[in-house]
Amino acid sequence: MTTTVPRPAAKTSVRDRLLRLAETVTTPLLPEDYLDLVAPLRAGAALRGRIVAVDPETRDAATLTIQPGRAWRGHRPGQYVRLGIDVDGVRQWRAYSVTSAPGRPDGRISVTVKAIPDGRVSNHLVHRTRVGTIVQLDQALGDFVLPDPVPARVLFLTAGSGITPVMGMLRSGAATRADVVVVHSAPTPDDVVFGAQLRALAAQGDIRLVERHTDRHGLLGVDELADLVPDHLDRQTWACGPVGMLDAVQEHWAAAGVADRLHTERFRPTVIAPGEGGTVTFTRAGLTLAADGGTPILDAGEAAGALMPSGCRMGICYGCVLPLRQGAVRDLRDGTLTTALPGDGVLIQTCVSAAAGTCDIDL
Amino acid sequence: MTVIQHKPVNPIAHLSAEDIEILGKELDAIRDRVLAERGESDAAYIRKVIKTQRTLEMSSRAVLLFSLFPPAWVVGTAGLAVAKILENMEIGHNILHGQYDFMRDPKIHSTTWEWDHVSPAEQWKHSHNQLHHTYTNVLGKDNDLGYGIMRVDEDQKWYPLHLGQPLWNFVNACFFEYGIAAYDLELGRNLRKGRHKTPEFRARLRGVGRKIRRQVLKDYVIHPLLSGPSFLSTLAATFTANLIRNVWSHSVIMCGHFPNGVETFSKTSIEGETRGEWYLRQMLGSANISGSRLMHIMTGNLSFQIEHHLFPDLPSKRYQEIAPQVRALFDRYGLSYTTGPLPKQVASAWWKVIRLSLPNRAVARPGTDERPSRALAASGV
Repeated sequence: MTTTVPRPAAKTSVRDRLLRLAETVTTPLLPEDYLDLVAPLRAGAALRGRIVAVDPETRDAATLTIQPGRAWRGHRPGQYVRLGIDVDGVRQWRAYSVTSAPGRPDGRISVTVKAIPDGRVSNHLVHRTRVGTIVQLDQALGDFVLPDPVPARVLFLTAGSGITPVMGMLRSGAATRADVVVVHSAPTPDDVVFGAQLRALAAQGDIRLVERHTDRHGLLGVDELADLVPDHLDRQTWACGPVGMLDAVQEHWAAAGVADRLHTERFRPTVIAPGEGGTVTFTRAGLTLAADGGTPILDAGEAAGALMPSGCRMGICYGCVLPLRQGAVRDLRDGTLTTALPGDGVLIQTCVSAAAGTCDIDL
Repeated sequence: MTVIQHKPVNPIAHLSAEDIEILGKELDAIRDRVLAERGESDAAYIRKVIKTQRTLEMSSRAVLLFSLFPPAWVVGTAGLAVAKILENMEIGHNILHGQYDFMRDPKIHSTTWEWDHVSPAEQWKHSHNQLHHTYTNVLGKDNDLGYGIMRVDEDQKWYPLHLGQPLWNFVNACFFEYGIAAYDLELGRNLRKGRHKTPEFRARLRGVGRKIRRQVLKDYVIHPLLSGPSFLSTLAATFTANLIRNVWSHSVIMCGHFPNGVETFSKTSIEGETRGEWYLRQMLGSANISGSRLMHIMTGNLSFQIEHHLFPDLPSKRYQEIAPQVRALFDRYGLSYTTGPLPKQVASAWWKVIRLSLPNRAVARPGTDERPSRALAASGV
């Protein structure tokens, strides 16, 4: 926390001088560490947001309305935001599509979360989030967006929570400027996130809505699309849903030679499947090795010649911690599993952690 | 005290190697139980302490802007001293141990935290977490035993220099943070061995220099200057607050390993040490301080030094919770749990510093039995 904020050397404004003076008083902390206590959303603060409302959508989905801090730069419909929330005291980062239209007068955004079975974060967000909670945010990301101008004919092919980025687009007026068909799958009519709003848009004639209730009619096959939307291959298509569905869709569009008309969004592109041992990559050192489930990553790395930081080698001094960029490790002392999704950078003690799957370590 | 292997009555002679391993398993089970519960309440606790500390520090410094007014001086100095103690003990020491790394909050993490202390966190973590906590109370390995300037064990060799150690200890108490910085640099050893010119040592020295400059600028230049006409009285206030913090932390830390009843170990005894034996060494090598909840917070829960040494990376407020379980293990395994109120423990530690400033034969001492006991040889301790 002693790192000082880099600033341009050329001109020193009064504000900069004051900031520097404040830093000499707050050292070893920064002035922001004090300001964060009273104004966590102020301009210049790390990007955060305050949850101002939690509204249920279905029995296992809810929309969180978030007041982002002043540093929020806005989003394009269809983009997602990475959100960091403390669950049981541990900060967890997940990506969610922004479901609100850009440019609300109050500056608020919303994300809609569907609780997945055993999903620690999604269940916390849907069922246990309290209004007033501060969450960490990243700027909006993603290229699953509509171009400007919007193509004349559009197909949205979605399943489950895959409707969320599409809802962001529909709320931004996509349907008023184009001929839009939405084909959406969910287990039952009640499980359709935004069901009422989608049906209302369809009733007004803004969109053509094809709902598929998979509990009764089974999963939608790509071969059925020819009947449901005969011109689907001529349309610019945005598809979002489970991996299996997206694989089938991509194959179908590629086989027809129109892969360029298909745009897909894959949530959780990497599935972390913990096991015993695995391939460990030290990303900056460019070193890859196979480690078994009983050997600390520290030992495995050293044996392969990596220059590893180390200390007590028994899990007490924290001299060996390195960021796990993605993958899973198991604590050799108590078997606890720690997983990291791409971008997480969970710090692990390499002297007591063994690979539990493929691991990318920042070294 | 004297190295456990040389004691006439060995306090662990009754334990077999198997007993020690079972003891280790029982301690592991205590750790697992805490880990299973660790979470939101620990995160909320440290955030609350941090918020309290920052509020107290800034408001005390604000009050000290008017330190010419005597009540403001007293209130501001007391507040700043308490804030500095909290920052070093319950917050800094414990975060730097990685007790809150589980939160994955980059702002409250052992790798990013810097503390209100002249020794840079990085250097302190090496000498404290890595050396002291691994080699606790092993003569010749754990420099915390007398900090390299004092003789605190009969088995440490006496030199005439030790005659002055009550004085060194007093000076060290008053300027403890500088003592720690010199200790973390291994200043004496590096100077003696002519290593002070190596690039590595010079880089560390520069790091300490930078830290001292910032700390001094804050406490002794900027804050007094901001006080305008109260310049001198604010200077006196920040000096006093640092002095109180130094003497307090020195006293607490002396109580951790110096009082009567704490055991030391010889260098050869830890070769091939098992986890159970490591635990046992931590149990016998540390002493607690009894007292109120406030006292525990102000010591950073180092008043539960035994529990802290067994589980240095568990959140500090958990030590009080598990202390009865740990104590029950001491009873069951026939070991003595060293504890006492602060004044008694401080006096006991000071008496040792004074007593051992003289060579061994000058003070009464039970006869030395150099034969290692059979049980110890068997257990490898």
